[in-house]
Amino acid sequence: MRRVSWLVPAIYILFLMVPIYWLLNMSFKNTNEILGGFTLYPHDFTLASYREILTNPVWYNGYINSITYVSINTIISVAVALPAAYAFSRYRFVGDKHLFFWLLTNRMAPPAVFALPFFQLYSAIGLFDTHIAVALAHCLFNIPLAVWILEGFMSGVPKEIDETAYIDGYSFPRFFVKIFMPLIASGIGVTAFFCFMFSWVELLLAKTLTSVEAKPIAAIMTRTASASGYELGLLAAAGALTIVPGAVVIYFVRNYIAKGFALGRV
Amino acid sequence: MEKTWNNRAWFMVLPVLILVAFNAIIPLMTVVNYSVQETFGGNVFFFSGVTWFQDVLLSDRFHAALGRQLFFTFTILFIEIPLGVAIALTMPRKGFWVSVCLVLMALPLLIPWNVVGAIWNILALPDIGLLGQMLNGMGFDYNYTRHPLDAWFTLILMDVWHWTSLVVLLAYAGLISIPDAYYQAAKIDAASRWAVFRHIQLPKMKRVLTIAILLRFMDSFMIYTEPSVLTGGGPGNATTLLSIDLVKIALGQFDLGRAAAMSIVYFLIVLLLSWVFYTLMMRNEEQS
Amino acid sequence: MARIVLENIAHAYGPSPKGPEDYALKTLNHVWENGGAYALLGPSGCGKTTLLNIISGLITPSEGRVLFDGKDITALPTAERNIAQVFQFPVIYDTMTVAQNLAFPLRNRSVSRAEVEKRVAEVAKMLDLLPILTKRARGLTADVKQKVSLGRGLVRPDVTAILFDEPLTVIDPHLKWQLRSKLKELHRQFDLTMVYVTHDQTEALTFADKVVVMYEGEVVQIGTPEDLFERPAHTFVGYFIGSPGMNVAPVTVTGNRARLGTHDIQLGRAYSELPAGTKIELGIRPEFIRVSNSGRGMPGRVVRVDDIGRYRVVKVDLDGHPFNAIADEDAEISDDRASVVLDPANVHIYADGRLVEGKPLSAGAA
Repeated sequence: MRRVSWLVPAIYILFLMVPIYWLLNMSFKNTNEILGGFTLYPHDFTLASYREILTNPVWYNGYINSITYVSINTIISVAVALPAAYAFSRYRFVGDKHLFFWLLTNRMAPPAVFALPFFQLYSAIGLFDTHIAVALAHCLFNIPLAVWILEGFMSGVPKEIDETAYIDGYSFPRFFVKIFMPLIASGIGVTAFFCFMFSWVELLLAKTLTSVEAKPIAAIMTRTASASGYELGLLAAAGALTIVPGAVVIYFVRNYIAKGFALGRV
Repeated sequence: MEKTWNNRAWFMVLPVLILVAFNAIIPLMTVVNYSVQETFGGNVFFFSGVTWFQDVLLSDRFHAALGRQLFFTFTILFIEIPLGVAIALTMPRKGFWVSVCLVLMALPLLIPWNVVGAIWNILALPDIGLLGQMLNGMGFDYNYTRHPLDAWFTLILMDVWHWTSLVVLLAYAGLISIPDAYYQAAKIDAASRWAVFRHIQLPKMKRVLTIAILLRFMDSFMIYTEPSVLTGGGPGNATTLLSIDLVKIALGQFDLGRAAAMSIVYFLIVLLLSWVFYTLMMRNEEQS
Repeated sequence: MARIVLENIAHAYGPSPKGPEDYALKTLNHVWENGGAYALLGPSGCGKTTLLNIISGLITPSEGRVLFDGKDITALPTAERNIAQVFQFPVIYDTMTVAQNLAFPLRNRSVSRAEVEKRVAEVAKMLDLLPILTKRARGLTADVKQKVSLGRGLVRPDVTAILFDEPLTVIDPHLKWQLRSKLKELHRQFDLTMVYVTHDQTEALTFADKVVVMYEGEVVQIGTPEDLFERPAHTFVGYFIGSPGMNVAPVTVTGNRARLGTHDIQLGRAYSELPAGTKIELGIRPEFIRVSNSGRGMPGRVVRVDDIGRYRVVKVDLDGHPFNAIADEDAEISDDRASVVLDPANVHIYADGRLVEGKPLSAGAA
């Protein structure tokens, strides 16, 4: 059983790749071919969609905007979540359990009706159409996620390790950075990736809070639904390119995710 | 773990509280505001109390959508959680293939949800899509735009494809965090593979799995974009899940009051179910 | 009964080791006698955990053989060797009770129910775990958890050797001695071979009959605590053991005298053929240096005096070389000048860190 267990992830990945292949397939066709009939590969191979995206500033600015606010948000979310998660993990304080659960409740409301209030709020403080606005707005759902995931991993590290470090003379910041964070490397990697991902794909708030300066790629993609119907080839190419930044992020954090728990000392 | 009582820990939590509350409280107040008012247009509102709430809670349409939603959510939970854990257990832990697996598995998560819907929309079309062609070629009379059952099948398949990797990644990170010493001790104790899973891996993954289950529960309960692009709620209203119905009401009929009330009811349902689940999971932890 | 023999064991973690730097564990031969209590002492990274894991079977050595009572078990999986291992932090099964934890290794080996209960009760009694047998393992304190870990090892009747990998690391300091005494008690009671890995010399010296000192993947000395103290075979052993450790200073040696700067030191042995091109050093423990105001001895400068309680540590400077000396609490030490006498019988000479034997002084040598 052990020997063929690799089949499981292999088959799963195969399953995942089919629609992605399909996406790439569509991105190299023009809309007519896509809708015209069933073809497993582009009979009329065209790079027109990609060319359009990579040369038209409206398109590639969309990517840059998205990357900008998503990066800002990821950094903020993980940075403030780390101390908070530590507090939840190690200490008891007034209202701790309620606060912890309340954080998660911020992910429980369907965004549809909140778009307008958000628009009003961020306009009122003069942050409409800025990257920072979207980055801050996304904190609503990303910070709770980060705190929850990090707390889960931190609770797996026995408290005795903290105490041993203090006895050995470590100050709290030094202990946190040099001893604690490597032990939860897996959790940090996964958290960073999820914050990036959820912010990256969030459409509604990003569209609502921006107009020109900070318009995200997801919003620009909805423009492909023009009067003549969906420009599928373009949409597919844009979608395919959207995968790239996220793939880069997970490639960079892969070592953190795959890092085990090593208690050092031989 | 023995937590020490320390109220100064609030300072560590303060930045989080500020950032989240800022984004939560004010918009929430606005929504509550709308939900208890009625307008006949022209920006004139008057207080209507709980009328909207009664309206929503008693409507058949709401019950139907809620029923469909519950079925959808529990079905995908039932599939995605065990599947995700199983895959995480069989993934390589060290070496070159780890990177390959992680990157490839993450790809579906990164696609904007409207593109996900669009891909499956085309993919499942019986005449021009790979899946549609395959299924019809195998003898099934498959057409998701016409048969409700086919629509549900496609919807669920799409969600499994899209989101299982989230469970895999969380479960995998949780598994990797288990110190080697536990596996070594298990070897010395001559524990079987099943015993290792039951007594070491599963308990240590408990927290991470709780997060995965809660996340999938909430996100699937609120799902909008993908099914909207895939089926638009159809055929008929066979796949009109709660969110889709909500948007139809809010935008289509421009019923802000009803939509706001429905959002609040919606939120309360998710809140209640999540809280129940969370308490159950945490109760297990505290037993010592 | 376990007489464990390590034959030409060496281990490199990488696939193709070329030079000694690639080896985490350099070639060693050692016999762990049946029923002995050994300590494996050394700093972090010296290879002691690697060695321990080779004995327990969690690592297969890249070279050499491991023999249990004459039988080659190098390829035998861990579960089939009659050993138990206690790790640095308590490894217990959180979801089970203490009793279930203790029963686990037996149940996995299909031992009868009655036998399991009997053994569990015995071991629990030994380790004072009887009152908490039905408690969930999760909420216990670290020292109790380590006892449960230990119990899982003792519960198997076929276990003949127990390996400890720095087991007291996460235990509260005031509970450490309690556990240590318990371990010694168990050792006296049962005929078990015990190997105890640690980087703490106090633990090693109080627990073991014989200490194996390791440094950078090599065994540098094996001996009783007295041997290690009085005749360190390596400057590292001298430095690592003792508080403060041995003093080491570079000297030139001719016959039975050594020259340290302007000072002439009498040696207890004669050294005629010191290997050329090596670093020659003198080593002497603080306990064997006398510091006084008497005027007899080498003139040195007192740098500082630390009062430890029942004795004092005097740091003196002899021509730029610092020496620690132990003085009685009521000895008279002036503020800056003192006379330093080195006891010749306890002065050792080292070449490149290794002890040089030398020859006994013949009668009549000055």
